[in-house]
Amino acid sequence: MRSRTASAETSEGRQEMAPRGATERAELLREEGAVLRLPEGPTLSPQDVAIEVAGEGETMIINMGPQHPSTHGVLRVMMELDGETVVRSKPVIGYLHTGMEKTAEDLMYIQGSTNVTRMDYLANFFNENVYSMAVEQLLGIEVPPRATWIRMLLCELNRMSSHLLFMATNGMDVGALSMMIYGWRERELVLAFFEKVTGLRMNHNFIRPGGVAADLPAGWRDDVKQICNLIEPRLDEYDELLTGQPIFQERTQGVGVLTPEQAVALSATGPILRSTGVEWDLRRDMPYQYYDQLEFDVIVGQYGDAFDRYAIRLNEIRESIKLVRQIIELVPGGDYRTQDKKVTPPPRARIDESMEALIHHFKLFTEGFRVPAGEVYVPIESPRGELGCYLVSDGSAKPFRLHIRAPSFANLQTLPVMLRGGLIADAVAIISSIDPVMGDVDR
Amino acid sequence: MSDEAETPTEATAAPEPETLHGCPVTWSAGQQVLHVPRERYSEVMLALAGEGFDLCSDLCAVDYAGSSSRSLPDGISAERFEVVVNLTSMRHRRRVRVRVQVPDADPVVPSLFAVWPGTEAMEREAWDMLGVAFDGHPDLTRILMPDDWEGHPLRKDYPVGRVPVQFKATARAAADRSGTKGA
Amino acid sequence: MAGLGDLRHNFLTGTVEELVKWARKNSVWPNTFGLACCAIEMMATGAANYDISRFGMEVFRASPRQADLMIVAGRVSQKMAPVLRQVYDQMMEPKWVISMGVCASSGGMFNNYAIVQGVDQIVPVDVYAPGCPPNPETLLHSILTLHAKIQSGEITRRREATGRGAGIEVAEVLPTGGDAREAPVPVGTPS
Repeated sequence: MRSRTASAETSEGRQEMAPRGATERAELLREEGAVLRLPEGPTLSPQDVAIEVAGEGETMIINMGPQHPSTHGVLRVMMELDGETVVRSKPVIGYLHTGMEKTAEDLMYIQGSTNVTRMDYLANFFNENVYSMAVEQLLGIEVPPRATWIRMLLCELNRMSSHLLFMATNGMDVGALSMMIYGWRERELVLAFFEKVTGLRMNHNFIRPGGVAADLPAGWRDDVKQICNLIEPRLDEYDELLTGQPIFQERTQGVGVLTPEQAVALSATGPILRSTGVEWDLRRDMPYQYYDQLEFDVIVGQYGDAFDRYAIRLNEIRESIKLVRQIIELVPGGDYRTQDKKVTPPPRARIDESMEALIHHFKLFTEGFRVPAGEVYVPIESPRGELGCYLVSDGSAKPFRLHIRAPSFANLQTLPVMLRGGLIADAVAIISSIDPVMGDVDR
Repeated sequence: MSDEAETPTEATAAPEPETLHGCPVTWSAGQQVLHVPRERYSEVMLALAGEGFDLCSDLCAVDYAGSSSRSLPDGISAERFEVVVNLTSMRHRRRVRVRVQVPDADPVVPSLFAVWPGTEAMEREAWDMLGVAFDGHPDLTRILMPDDWEGHPLRKDYPVGRVPVQFKATARAAADRSGTKGA
Repeated sequence: MAGLGDLRHNFLTGTVEELVKWARKNSVWPNTFGLACCAIEMMATGAANYDISRFGMEVFRASPRQADLMIVAGRVSQKMAPVLRQVYDQMMEPKWVISMGVCASSGGMFNNYAIVQGVDQIVPVDVYAPGCPPNPETLLHSILTLHAKIQSGEITRRREATGRGAGIEVAEVLPTGGDAREAPVPVGTPS
């Protein structure tokens, strides 16, 4: 099962990579062979593709990460270099493996969102949202409209903060250090609102099965409007600072090019897929919640390079602002969590006067609620692509199996394809343009 | 089919047994689920790919050891492991989920790498976490755990590995407390 | 302090040791060692709103050989633990460690096979920052605590006395559950 590997003892430990013969076919298959299986893809066989590489002894294997400032956490990339050109590469992950899927089997459904929110720690609300939606579908309960709208509002704000962080780190990675400061400055605006609503800047545990944990604070509309009004003109500043800037363009345009066929074959989703020109956004194409009632554009690229991925994310912030402005007009009154007594704990005042409420409260927090047996897969569009939750219940109060389809995990597979044939200096820009969150990759 | 599964298989009692590519179909929370026998897995998956399911959204495995709540259609006998594949058709805006029963004695299924190369990492993850092997996978090695790790953590018989929560005193502090001289 | 202006040359007096401590305190360069959620808050601390450069610490060094402080920001997995130890070993003395967040301090809510239950089993920790993740304010507070400890010489005194960093017995084998592999982390006595 395990192929024989070539290894070298170095001062930094043993470095190994499969011998070229063993992976070359796989690499080729992954890049071109796969495409030929797609019905309309171009037909190419691995034998037709010739790559000019140096002989076995003339290349150099270098290791980037897991402790590297531009690998966004603890990603490790092994690269085989011919001079400055990347011949092959292999992302090595698992340095942040937290065993969350195992822990989820040990936590009650009511505790589960504490766990999942720590997966993609830049888009916490999306994790909570997808998990809660999966549990609710198995329970067969309806969430009050106000709760759903609140979820959508928080998710779109979260998309903004996540993309703003990408702006900051992407700028930093390609050398535009001032962008780093600006991105964080704007992100803090959103985080301050999150702190006001949920009590925490990150890892909120706010969206829970049955609704949200609390109602929005007084004056939230003005806060949100102010955030939008502040961020919108600053995006134009980013345009001036980066989009039209020749150095940034030189650094990112034509770098890390991916074709639509490759992107689909490699299960890439989100901005990576859209940068290749494929119009695919779950919010529009397979709408969930109330996204079908909202007006927004799906931003697509044309060239599939790092610049397109940057431009898509920048414009998605604009679309999110558009969405947020619509959502704040549409949030209705009513309950912010379901009134199903088996799922939602009773209000504090009821506990004092009703024995039944006290029992419900006690049972809910010691035993949790039981979820009917079954399995469900719920996908939503996170800032990084399709975030799915596959949940299996055996009828008890704890999930039998929770699997998160992490967008970064799938998107990271495009890395060897994008790095191939490029320069080592571009590797940083390419890794950054994937925007992987290692907590999401390793879970 | 003569496998003595510890879990009773319960038919979904649909009046007209729905099939797709000759495999029984069930519906779970409004989602189409296709139950494919292992020997027809590759063939059905290729057919689905040709039908327009161009994006393999997700592939994972589930260990059903100790579960008695699973309902499977007639003709599908429950096994310990299950490989679950979620496919998306971007053209038809459709999804389908494929579930394959994999026995404990021989936990191997054909790899989908040749059909959807995006399953490469997912199959490695399923191997790493649950020990389900994929025949024909180009590089079936551990992906999340260290290379020399033993066991497959998401199996039901693998302990959570919890350390009892108490203040872990250093050896010296423990020695001080028990009255003996420090180490 | 009156009359300093009258002197022909301004001067300060002090022992060399105090001066060195003062200089060390005000130029602690952290290593860029982000692991998980806490790394984001660590970066936020370095950004404009919280501005870590007020404390002479804005120079995040990518190479451990140029860094004085390792902020362990996030959960440490069994796979990452040897890497973390190697980064620590590559740092030059004097070096300090802040364990940022509950995951690094105690494993936090992830009490399972994958996570090292407290980074103090691998490296000696000087300051623990609570929170999940700690706010930038919390991190700044822990940094100021570290500064106070450096200024008072407490850490260096303790290390000289015990020869054992923060007084952690690191030779013990990590407790693991069930049939998980034994002794997953190579640990040694820090110098």
